[in-house]
Amino acid sequence: MNSNNLKKTDVIFGIWPCMEDNKYPILEAVINRNPDDIIKDIINSGLKGRGGAGFPTGLKWKFAASQTESEKYIICNADEGEPGTFKDREILLKVPEKIFAGMAICSHCIKAKKGFVYLRGEYKFMLPQLNKVLESFHESIRKTGYDFEIKILLGSGAYVCGEETSLMESMEGKRGEPRNKPPFPVVEGFNNKPTVINNVETFVNVAMIQKLGVAEFVKLGTDDSRGSKVFSVSGDTPKPGVFELELGMKLSDFVAEYGDGDTKAVQVGGASGFCVPRKRFEDTIIGFEGVPTGGSMMLFNSTRSMYNVLSNYLDFFAEESCGQCTPCRVGCQQLIQGIKAVKKGSKNEDYLDSLLKLTESMKITAKCGLGQSVANSFYSIVTNFKEEMIY
Amino acid sequence: METKINLEIDGINISVEKGTTILEAARRLNIKIPTLCHHPDLCVAGNCRVCVVEQEGARTLQASCATPVSEGMVIFTNTLKVRTARKHIIELLLSEHNSECTKCYKNGNCELQSLAADYKITNDSLIDLVPFKNYTIDNFSPSIIKDDSKCIRCQRCVRTCEQLQSVSALSVAYKGEHMKISTFLEKPMFEVVCTNCGQCVNRCPVGALVERNYIDEVWNAIYDKNKHVVVQTAPAVRIALGEDLGIENGEIVTGKMVAALRKLGFDSVLDTDFTADLTIMEEGTELLTMLKKAIVDKDSSVALPMATSCSPGWIKFIEHQYPQLLPNLSTCKSPQQMFGALAKTYYAEKRNLNPADIISVSIMPCTAKKYEADRPEMRSSGYKDVDYVLTTRELAVMIKQAGLDFKSLPEEKCDSIMGQSTGAAVIFGASGGVMEAALRTAYEIITGKEIPFENLNITPVRGMQGVKEASLKIMDTLPEWNFLEGVTLNTAVAHGLANAKTVMDSVAEGKANYHFIEIMACPDGCLGGGGQPIPTCREIRVKRNEAIYREDAGMALRKSHENPEVIQIYQEFLEKPLGHKSHELLHTKYTDRKSK
Amino acid sequence: MTETHELVKQLADKYGRDRASLMPVLQAVVEKQNYLTEEAMNEIADQFGISAAQVFGTASFYSFLDTEARGKYVIRVCKSIIAEMKGKKAIIKALENVLKISVGQTTPDKKFTLLETNDIGWSDQEPSMLINETPFTNLTPEKVINIINEYSSK
Repeated sequence: MNSNNLKKTDVIFGIWPCMEDNKYPILEAVINRNPDDIIKDIINSGLKGRGGAGFPTGLKWKFAASQTESEKYIICNADEGEPGTFKDREILLKVPEKIFAGMAICSHCIKAKKGFVYLRGEYKFMLPQLNKVLESFHESIRKTGYDFEIKILLGSGAYVCGEETSLMESMEGKRGEPRNKPPFPVVEGFNNKPTVINNVETFVNVAMIQKLGVAEFVKLGTDDSRGSKVFSVSGDTPKPGVFELELGMKLSDFVAEYGDGDTKAVQVGGASGFCVPRKRFEDTIIGFEGVPTGGSMMLFNSTRSMYNVLSNYLDFFAEESCGQCTPCRVGCQQLIQGIKAVKKGSKNEDYLDSLLKLTESMKITAKCGLGQSVANSFYSIVTNFKEEMIY
Repeated sequence: METKINLEIDGINISVEKGTTILEAARRLNIKIPTLCHHPDLCVAGNCRVCVVEQEGARTLQASCATPVSEGMVIFTNTLKVRTARKHIIELLLSEHNSECTKCYKNGNCELQSLAADYKITNDSLIDLVPFKNYTIDNFSPSIIKDDSKCIRCQRCVRTCEQLQSVSALSVAYKGEHMKISTFLEKPMFEVVCTNCGQCVNRCPVGALVERNYIDEVWNAIYDKNKHVVVQTAPAVRIALGEDLGIENGEIVTGKMVAALRKLGFDSVLDTDFTADLTIMEEGTELLTMLKKAIVDKDSSVALPMATSCSPGWIKFIEHQYPQLLPNLSTCKSPQQMFGALAKTYYAEKRNLNPADIISVSIMPCTAKKYEADRPEMRSSGYKDVDYVLTTRELAVMIKQAGLDFKSLPEEKCDSIMGQSTGAAVIFGASGGVMEAALRTAYEIITGKEIPFENLNITPVRGMQGVKEASLKIMDTLPEWNFLEGVTLNTAVAHGLANAKTVMDSVAEGKANYHFIEIMACPDGCLGGGGQPIPTCREIRVKRNEAIYREDAGMALRKSHENPEVIQIYQEFLEKPLGHKSHELLHTKYTDRKSK
Repeated sequence: MTETHELVKQLADKYGRDRASLMPVLQAVVEKQNYLTEEAMNEIADQFGISAAQVFGTASFYSFLDTEARGKYVIRVCKSIIAEMKGKKAIIKALENVLKISVGQTTPDKKFTLLETNDIGWSDQEPSMLINETPFTNLTPEKVINIINEYSSK
């Protein structure tokens, strides 16, 4: 197969440093611009959130900017916990200054003076280095007279805290349980104040849109999926690692480049994403028009049991559910016991249909994205690999 | 002007205030949406998901209890999608729940059970998860039993303990499949800051939190020919008992209750109201003595304000949270324990009974009273002063078990002695009642005149407000009380421990200038007690409150010091308030439970 | 005054006593004492003016805020599907052998606790593990033994 269809990009890492001689030239330019114009830029860039849910970033900022409260917050969601995702790790290690710059741009747009990076506890090892960069960032913006401060907070091992309202509960010193929505964070977020929360990569994209200009940025990607994306590639691949690729690629092109020649399925978007079987590689687009992803691409070859894969995901969900809502807490346990029973033959094959119906209900009744998305991998694995599920 | 929001529910247009939830809007249209985690006394949780409804254009269903209405919203409460989802949620809850309903204490009074009945959950499609769980039962407490196998994790108890009571003995612990309602480090409730108030029991929709019942023990005592079983009933029981026996909320059933107790076989049917009156004599005198020490003797060691001590949930609360303020507590035992101590002394003497043969039972609106009766210091008669404490609910169970048709029972009167009471005692059941009763008596002792309120109704201390304050200027005192001439007596009344905390914080910080404080652990006082009929909510409690004041208004005697049996017991036995015998039998001491 | 009392008081002075400071304080206590003792949780409850059950309830939500006894070095082996595919089992076995304990246990000298944990963000370099906050990746049984030997002599 021809892998030339895959366009490798370098927007996020490296090529346009936004920090020169300990100065942030983009930032200096940005703070002299009208916030509304910048928000317009972001809207026109078509940038959608890179955490997985894909909410239009510019729109989110516009809502937050329109809030009249004087106290507002910006949060960078660095609680990267999705199985198979590690791209934020590389961004945080390699270009943290771009994240801070993106947050500062946001602060100018929505008029916030305080920002937080919620860093997952598993990444505590990078805290000293991050704080060093942050210190010089603070120093350089202080010189420009701009009032904005970022604080890095640590998580303590809870996947669900990647959900934005759980993350805020956690920041407030509570159990990381998702809140009822509405109100949404742009109206009532951290400390019940208007809050913009974006993924690490989203903030970097914002900085780079300012650096490159909208016209340059929109050259990448498709109508629905503008720009490039940082992918975390793992599993049965000769080239595991972090790669930046243009959005809107065909999964078949991806597999041609990163597969081991025997790829049977790709889990797009981590445990909460979709499992795409080989027969669908050709017609699967990676992007918001097709299968969206926060970046996780896990490849499985024909030696792998998809039952084991699903079972591993379900154990993960059952453990990492916050446990407050019925469909997620009990639903996950039922799915675990259910596929076990079918596998060992104590329930017949039809029981899988009952479980599929159950996941349909979980999808529409769970309180947050975690419980709602369990259905994704369950449905895509059970329907595509049914023969591996049964006794 | 308030903004109105227009929406459509099941094809009906409705206009409601901004901030109204879908559930509330639907209820206004008499559309019933099932709920479990929702409780009118508590903040919204939105975690059981059983109240989901369909919103036109929305990807997911909405939890109607947690979703505010928005303009132009179109809601459907009964679609295939909704029905399937609700059934799934009920099935899921049942699969995690020990569904041995016929062996459950809450059988017949369980919200999950009735929901399962409504939705006809008859198939066994999901796998029973209970065998995979390591559920435990905490039955160490004399008041409350916590059975995790019944818990549906709605967190009503957690919210109750935190929001209404400021105690947070219960909290949510762990996450995911292991998430559970837990005390600190999963210790027994008996060993933690739990006040035994039972408000969690009142709000638990299932059988996960129930009172420890002593129904069999009491029946056995009644059946035992060698025992003389006396029973006392608290003021708040008679205005709520009917609710569990098919009588409308807010009806007073004193006479029928007395008749029922007699039919059940109690040897003597007496009244806690009697010792409520006695409490006023003791506590009122205690207050006046303290005021004298403070004002005349300038004794700076006098701990003012003095706080009431009738509510054992409150006692446990202050012992844990404000041990430094224990000297401010009245040393009076609660009316229940005064009664218990007298039953096996004064009463035994008068009736020529061996106290060892007396079984003393109390019927209380309260679960904390069970713990109180078990306190080691509550044996001043030489025996356990109160042997068994039953809640209002347990009495209703006994009446049903005995096959009595409660509605058709005649109105009867309590036995004598220790059966007579006044309106002042009746109002002990409502928040502000002890204060009002104390003021009625104290004012008259000081001035020789009735308290200057129309019909003796001291309205500023009545009602459902969380913290009530009232000041009373004392004029025209009798000569022996002239040190109080012109003094303004400042009082505060709080109910629900969260409100108690507000008051006690200001006392602890020295910001309060009160002389006397009444505190009841339960919201709205004993009438909202943890042993009262379930369900509970403000509306129900308002009716109970009205009933109490109706009962008071209808009594011939309305001042504690006019109770003839109280006068008699001082003449024959106790001599005088705060006298030697009183100290021995009617007063107690407290324990600092904070310092380790 | 006990050591724990002093520690918690110092931390509360440093981070503050409002609820938002709870996480940093819990994290710092775990860093100092390996896990949250009953005494520490009681002290934290006192300092923050919340109940001990609330401290416990919050801590027990987070896998890194242990409320059970832990050793000086807590080993958390990633158990994601990728880790499993790349030989997590052999790593666990090697660790169990060298430490002479099973997953979930602590060595008698209270030096090591062996746990499994969900994805730690190194799926490109599995098998992986954390020892306290330090990640180790591309593990082999031999490598693991060397790492443990190094920590043992620390």
